[in-house]
Amino acid sequence: MNIYDFTGLTRSIHEGLSSSMSPLAVTVTEFVIIAFAFMIFFTILGLVLVYAERKICAFFQLRLGPMRVGKWGLAQTAADAVKLIFKEPMITKNADKFLFNLAPFIVIISTFMALGALPFAKGLHALDFDIGILYISAVSSIGVIGILIAGWSSDNKYSLIGAMRSGAQVVSYELSVGLSLLTIVVLAESLQFSEIIASQEAGWWIFRGHIPALIAFCVFMIAGTAETNRGPFDLAEAESELTAGFHTEYSGLKFAFFFLAEFVNMFIIAAIGATVFLGGWMPFHIGHWAGFNQIMDFIPPIVWFFGKTGFLIFLMMWFKWTFPRLRIDQLLTLEWKYLLPINLINILIMAFVVLMGWHF
Amino acid sequence: MNALTIIFYIMAVLMVVFSIMAVTSRKLLRAAIYLLFVLIGVAVFYLAVDYMFLAAVQVVVYMGGILVLIIFSILLTSHLGERLQVVKPTTMLFAAVLSLVSAGVVISVINGFTFITSTFEGDKLTVAHIGQQLLSYDQFGYVLPFEVISILLLAAMIAAIAIAKYKHQGKS
Repeated sequence: MNIYDFTGLTRSIHEGLSSSMSPLAVTVTEFVIIAFAFMIFFTILGLVLVYAERKICAFFQLRLGPMRVGKWGLAQTAADAVKLIFKEPMITKNADKFLFNLAPFIVIISTFMALGALPFAKGLHALDFDIGILYISAVSSIGVIGILIAGWSSDNKYSLIGAMRSGAQVVSYELSVGLSLLTIVVLAESLQFSEIIASQEAGWWIFRGHIPALIAFCVFMIAGTAETNRGPFDLAEAESELTAGFHTEYSGLKFAFFFLAEFVNMFIIAAIGATVFLGGWMPFHIGHWAGFNQIMDFIPPIVWFFGKTGFLIFLMMWFKWTFPRLRIDQLLTLEWKYLLPINLINILIMAFVVLMGWHF
Repeated sequence: MNALTIIFYIMAVLMVVFSIMAVTSRKLLRAAIYLLFVLIGVAVFYLAVDYMFLAAVQVVVYMGGILVLIIFSILLTSHLGERLQVVKPTTMLFAAVLSLVSAGVVISVINGFTFITSTFEGDKLTVAHIGQQLLSYDQFGYVLPFEVISILLLAAMIAAIAIAKYKHQGKS
């Protein structure tokens, strides 16, 4: 059948383990394998994304970016990671040490849990709940608690202001992200990621869902960029006024956790966007053109997934280096007076379209 | 002893410990974070009985909503070095008696209650079933409570806006 199907591989690993171990040991071993796989993936992803960000930023500003370490500066981020590991971890004198140390872990755990639900290819899927999208928005809402307590426990006014801004921003933009995803859930008739992808067999929702899907995609990209605290919505860590926002007092590995979590969150938002609007690992299919679809199927799903996700990440970096930073009142006005009403009306239109059967 | 039993006992012990820490901690934000751990424990129990939807709702509503609200209000009203006062011994005694009595009532009610076995047919309860049941007006449908709660929330929202919009006379 399909040579790019991972279901057989994962099943054979499971059966191989089951034949020699008790069910409890199998469960624990599988947990450990998956945890290690995700940790390695997480680290590599962080390194690649930081390198991409620096290079893309450089090209937007007509510079070369990192060039010294390795060919085209390819080893630069790895060198930076080593530097971060060896840095001295410092804690301000009056900080609440328990909460100060806990905060980066809350942020990174929520990122990890969201990463676990992403479908990378057919069968390459750690968690496939039937509440997929609800699960991701649930676990990513824990991250804001980490940001808030990081800012509060640092005993620094910049951190506190940054945390309050960040909290207000994440809590309000979560709504728009959720509602724009719901617009496509109405079309796909499922919250489960594997079923959302399967429903795009005949074409991606962004093309088949008419204008409402396109509007939902635009809202999702804006709100997603804001939810990850990235520019032009990065006023939580506006360096000219707040030094570094909620992670001003963090150094070394704990700073690296916040930094990595921000980049991986960007990847998660892009991957959700790619999965829900652009078909995830599903190749580019056009209706009943069997020959064309066959040719597209030769490209492995992993390439499709990372290609689409990479394109959306590039879009988000493009935003960051093109638009000026918003003020806090502009940010809240954009969400509550524009995006949210547009979203609510859009979801009604989409429900009407689905009811009348006007979509392809 | 299977994995679920082990997870249950670990989570049960952790939840009891963190509940006690949440009420005895003298730092307000720490108490809120211990409460976070207790709420995560409840979500893990829902996951353990394969009730994904309720687990996700628990996380969204309690952690992403209520707890963030609590932390926001702590951030706005207290500062880092602040400690809660130790209450008077008489108040402590009264609180202990009250909580023991309420715990006794809850335990006796649960012991005397006959739980009805679910009549759900099918191998897995999906979110589609829950959605249909929530908006169904047949027997055991939940459309009336759903609508009543919507109106309650709408009223609360309008009230909040009215309070926020209210301006004192004389101060522009």
